[in-house]
Amino acid sequence: MLHLIVKYMWWIPVVVLLSACATQPPLRGTGDLGIVIERATGQVQVIETSGRSSLAQVSGLGDLSHASVVFSRDGRYAYVFGRDGGLTKVDLLTARIVGRVVQAGNSIGGAVSQDGRLVVAQNYEPGGIKAFDADTLELVADVPAEFGSEGKRSKVVGLADLPGNRFIYSLFDANEIRVTDLSDPRNPKTERYPAGKQPYDALVTPDGRYYIAGLFGEDGLSMLDLWQPGQGVHTILPGYGRGEQALPVYKMPHLRGWAVAAGRAYLPAIGRHEVLVVELGSWKEVARIPVKSQPVFVMARPDGREVWVNFAFPDNGWMQVIDTFTNRLVDSFQPGRAILHLEFTPKGEAVWISARDDNKVAIYDTRSRQKITELPAASPSGIFFTSRAFRTGF
Amino acid sequence: MPTMPAFAQQTAPQPERVRELVHLVRQDCGSCHGLTLQGGLGPALTVAALREKPRDSLVATILGGRPGTPMPPFRGIVVEDEAAWIVERLQEGFPVDAGAAR
Repeated sequence: MLHLIVKYMWWIPVVVLLSACATQPPLRGTGDLGIVIERATGQVQVIETSGRSSLAQVSGLGDLSHASVVFSRDGRYAYVFGRDGGLTKVDLLTARIVGRVVQAGNSIGGAVSQDGRLVVAQNYEPGGIKAFDADTLELVADVPAEFGSEGKRSKVVGLADLPGNRFIYSLFDANEIRVTDLSDPRNPKTERYPAGKQPYDALVTPDGRYYIAGLFGEDGLSMLDLWQPGQGVHTILPGYGRGEQALPVYKMPHLRGWAVAAGRAYLPAIGRHEVLVVELGSWKEVARIPVKSQPVFVMARPDGREVWVNFAFPDNGWMQVIDTFTNRLVDSFQPGRAILHLEFTPKGEAVWISARDDNKVAIYDTRSRQKITELPAASPSGIFFTSRAFRTGF
Repeated sequence: MPTMPAFAQQTAPQPERVRELVHLVRQDCGSCHGLTLQGGLGPALTVAALREKPRDSLVATILGGRPGTPMPPFRGIVVEDEAAWIVERLQEGFPVDAGAAR
């Protein structure tokens, strides 16, 4: 009898394998996948944009207030940065957590290196950046944002990756922009540039050339030309709010998200109901577009023809659309309560909009600006598609 | 009956308003202070962080903001009694968000 059991034991794994095949989802690519953050429950949804559906929910990601996501260069893995310092690597194809480290006390996002080998976190507490092996999440570099003579560390904002496996970021408390070269991650080299007061976020242009940091502590923005870094940081739009009392800011504007369209940068004014427009290169002010309230995200449609804007509390149920040819508003509408984020599909035919207080993601046709469908989501905030994997700055 | 402290609200918020206030603090204050109130751009608002802080100065911070920092004034969004109610709840452990009021 025993010899029979041993003889036929090889069947067991075959049977298990066959039954596993029966329930396995069909093969798929990752180019139309993405992540929706469900901020209140510490979960994410894996979604796909072709059929506009939710594929899976992944839980156990910690405090996801202000969570953000970047992607591996093959578009398979999402790196989710939680507020509580958690960095979680999610496999989009199996909808499983394949790595997780709590790497800081308080984190605000990250970026992936040009060669795809490093994932870098920007941290508030302790202030600085940390680089991890993108495969294993092993710590490979820790670069504290120290300033002054007392060893204080600044909160880091506006992190973006640059060509050459470099990373650029701003120091909220130290009024500086820094560039850290991680081409040899065991030996990071950092350059420091004095910037304006209290940078709160930043963007890098799609070609990786210009870095623009918004300032909380003064009017204007700080710009560094990375092709001519020796020229240092220039102030752009220095006079846009001069002599006026800024309004209270209930949500910091977000610059990271490529509001670069038609050769111009579209930027949220801080403390004002305006979108500011500057010409790339000359950095001359082209327009100030009055909008409904204080803009938070000013996002260019992928073709650059329109810019879509959402707003700070308490006017955060609104969206407005700016035509970049005329620099005029062409639409205002209310997709839901507490619109926290929006993300365009890679070619821009649709936009996904998170309505936190309605527990839904609304999907709009960008040509008709009519709603196509809705997906339920618990307190959704950030929406991130894998097309970000191929953009400099993310 | 113990003497009520001077800052105690004259009128406690109604249940629907309580739900709104909890949602406001967790979600909108949470943008800077974290959903779990462990801090972010703004400082932590945990029991441990606030226990020793004078209540009237915390109420003043909610209503008037803190000039020179990103903390905005919430006067006009919450009234003084509501700010006092929020401070008391923060100092004893803030309630869980039950979602937006309808």
